Amino acid sequence: MSDKPKKKPLVKLKRPMPEQDPHARVGNFNEVALGYAAEDAIAEAGRCLHCKDAPCKQGCPVEVDIPEFISEIIEGRFDEAADVIRLKNNLPAICGRVCPQESQCEKFCLMGKKFEPVAIGRLERFVADYALEKEQSEESPVKSADGQGRRVAVVGSGPAGLTCAADLARMGYQVTIFEALHKPGGVLVYGIPEFRLPKQVVQAEIEYVQSLGVEIKVNMVIGKTLSVDELLGEFEFDAVFIGTGAGAPRFMCIPGENLNGVYSANEFLTRANLMKAYLFPEYATPIRVGRRVAVVGAGNVALDAARTALRLGAESVSIVYRRSREEMPARLEEFLHAEEEGIEFNFLRNPVRIIGDDRGWVTGMECIRMTLGEPDDSGRCSPVCVEESNFEMKVDTVVIAIGQSPNPLVGRTTPGLEIGRRGTIVANEETGQTSREGVFAGGDIVTGAATVILAMGAGKKAARTIDAHLKEG
Amino acid sequence: MLYPIVVKRTLAPGVRLYEIRAPLVARKAQPGQFVIIRVNETGERIPLTIADFDREFGMITMVVQEIGFTTKTLAKMEVGDDLLDFIGPLGNPSKLPDSGTVVCIGGGVGCAPLYPQVRALGEKGVNVITIVGARSAENLILTRELGRYSKELHITTDDGSEGRKGFVSDVLKELIEKGTPIDEVIAIGPMIMMKVVSGVTKQYAIPTVISLNSLMVDGTGMCGSCRVTVGGVTKFACVDGPEFDAHQIDFDEQMKRSAVYRDQEAKALERLNCGCRNGH
Ligand SMILES: Cc1cc2nc3c(=O)[nH]c(=O)nc-3n(C[C@H](O)[C@H](O)[C@H](O)COP(=O)(O)OP(=O)(O)OC[C@H]3O[C@@H](n4cnc5c(N)ncnc54)[C@H](O)[C@@H]3O)c2cc1C
Ligand code: FES
Repeated sequence: MSDKPKKKPLVKLKRPMPEQDPHARVGNFNEVALGYAAEDAIAEAGRCLHCKDAPCKQGCPVEVDIPEFISEIIEGRFDEAADVIRLKNNLPAICGRVCPQESQCEKFCLMGKKFEPVAIGRLERFVADYALEKEQSEESPVKSADGQGRRVAVVGSGPAGLTCAADLARMGYQVTIFEALHKPGGVLVYGIPEFRLPKQVVQAEIEYVQSLGVEIKVNMVIGKTLSVDELLGEFEFDAVFIGTGAGAPRFMCIPGENLNGVYSANEFLTRANLMKAYLFPEYATPIRVGRRVAVVGAGNVALDAARTALRLGAESVSIVYRRSREEMPARLEEFLHAEEEGIEFNFLRNPVRIIGDDRGWVTGMECIRMTLGEPDDSGRCSPVCVEESNFEMKVDTVVIAIGQSPNPLVGRTTPGLEIGRRGTIVANEETGQTSREGVFAGGDIVTGAATVILAMGAGKKAARTIDAHLKEG
Repeated sequence: MLYPIVVKRTLAPGVRLYEIRAPLVARKAQPGQFVIIRVNETGERIPLTIADFDREFGMITMVVQEIGFTTKTLAKMEVGDDLLDFIGPLGNPSKLPDSGTVVCIGGGVGCAPLYPQVRALGEKGVNVITIVGARSAENLILTRELGRYSKELHITTDDGSEGRKGFVSDVLKELIEKGTPIDEVIAIGPMIMMKVVSGVTKQYAIPTVISLNSLMVDGTGMCGSCRVTVGGVTKFACVDGPEFDAHQIDFDEQMKRSAVYRDQEAKALERLNCGCRNGH
């Protein structure tokens, strides 16, 4: 960029993004944040200070050239901006919506030291949506011939798998994704709700990956339908990447957890999102929301479940969290949205028992008050029960959102694959290499439940290693 | 990839057999396992136990009782129509003994998933005593096939229209009281039948295995919809089962859980019956 844009007067705050009104949106599943228009994007991009060392870049796990794409936006060259992003990020419309930018790129933005950082996430989303709308993928993307037709199998079609597959396809490999569910996308389709990440956006991004030549086979449970060894053997793949995520729900192991009306967040969200239970009976999958819903936990998953319950018609929805607001793992934006929508937050409470009637239905949840004790190893204050502070919440649905573990299916059926203490697959963080030759892994299956962008970063690194490995071999 | 219906046959009122072409599933299928199907784009994912398989022709057989929205939609489909999704084989294969005497008990459509086990046991030379039960003569299925691999076949009907009048548990009790040496009991059928059988064998400490057909979504351990309390511990029927030690199961909890969506199911059926949708 030789002719740098002239300095303009400093705009201290991010340009706000239009949003659906809270009262209206609790009655629908449409997207809450509506996105920038072109003039918003150009104005926001104009806030960039064009720092020489571009500190923002170090905050991006997939190494997007942030200043470069922002410069293109300032010039109104949105297609070029999209090209810059897609060089590194195959799923920008998704990342622009769900990445925790506040703890990544935007955290390092110099503007943010004194004022609000440049809204890099919103700009990414704008550019990506612009490109998707123009069906930019028509011009078939550049591919190298390096791969020489070697074949790579990718297990799981979440962000890790999609990224690894897309990068390998660009390098000229023949890539097949094997997905257990009937639809590709992983958490992006079964977990994150429509109002935060429209499924049409996910679909368009997946089609882009397919346009690179990636084949996606659904209904393939690796470890059941086929094993990793069969992929490498009879099915003649030269390497396998495992990106099976952390989809197994955790329960609290308290009495009453198997009563009717108790859901894992995964089940609740899968019914609502993947199976479209919010359109029941037009869609055949039922969901039972009840009138008063308690959601246990305060991460993104919990808030997604709570906001979904509200949209499904619950009269009141309460978050029950054993720590305080400060420790809440959910993104700030999600918390604010949830609060606006009328979700109640009960901090420093922990369920001890779920109460039911004689037909097996939930009628209440007994909780105990908590206080924060000394910080533990992780630096978070561990919550301690307040003796004899038990009380009952009158609820008829309980959604448990206290975390997910890796699904053990692939590990159990792949001899020689080293599994970590928490059921994760052991893999080198920089390379994705596992204990098995030719088998690589990345994303939540390696790190435990984390973020979309970290899973993508892992998929990207593994693609590089697989390329190097296959060129050697 | 689509999964065509190759054979469709009525076995009893409201009970049909389907053979579906799904070569990759057939390649691995074993007795005791199940599949998850989705009939069409708006369909729900439901588990069905594998009643038979043919590796050479890549076929999976399922016997389906038309009770809910999806099974009734399936019933409206014909040979040549495709199922949209067909996932499996899921769950653990049955652990069948190699010798001794095994009493195999099937209630209603439960006879279908029981059949591959009876056949496998019979082929191994195990002494198989089969007891089948149904409401009435017309509801009995696969008795000839079951008989072929069993040393003894007992039939009971609730109304006495075929075999003896009464329940499968009556025959079981008699066998035990007669002093028949029984090494294991396998029971597949309605929850209440499995509960009663389990109650009988518990008294005599005869190892008993039952197969659960819990409500499921993914069938791969990702949702917990299929939770069941076994020996005081929560298990997932899809990955830890579907077969369990009957004496450890909390049957009452399972019966309650199976009623979670009864109201919704009624609503969905209304829609089907009023002809708002033709099942495709
Ligand atoms: C409700 C919810 C909200 C979230 N919100 C955010 C957010 O706002 N921002 C953010 O950054 N992160 C968020 N996360 C976390 C983020 O979604 C995950 O970290 C990310 O999706 C992990 O990607 P992955 O590719 O490793 O796995 P996943 O996305 O879990 O994908 C794994 C895929 O593998 C498939 N699979 C599993 N086992 C097998 C098998 N044996 N054979 C074949 N396929 C298999 C699964 O069906 C799935 O499709 C959220 C998670 C949830 C559940
Ligand atoms: S069906 Fe989802 S965990 Fe068993």
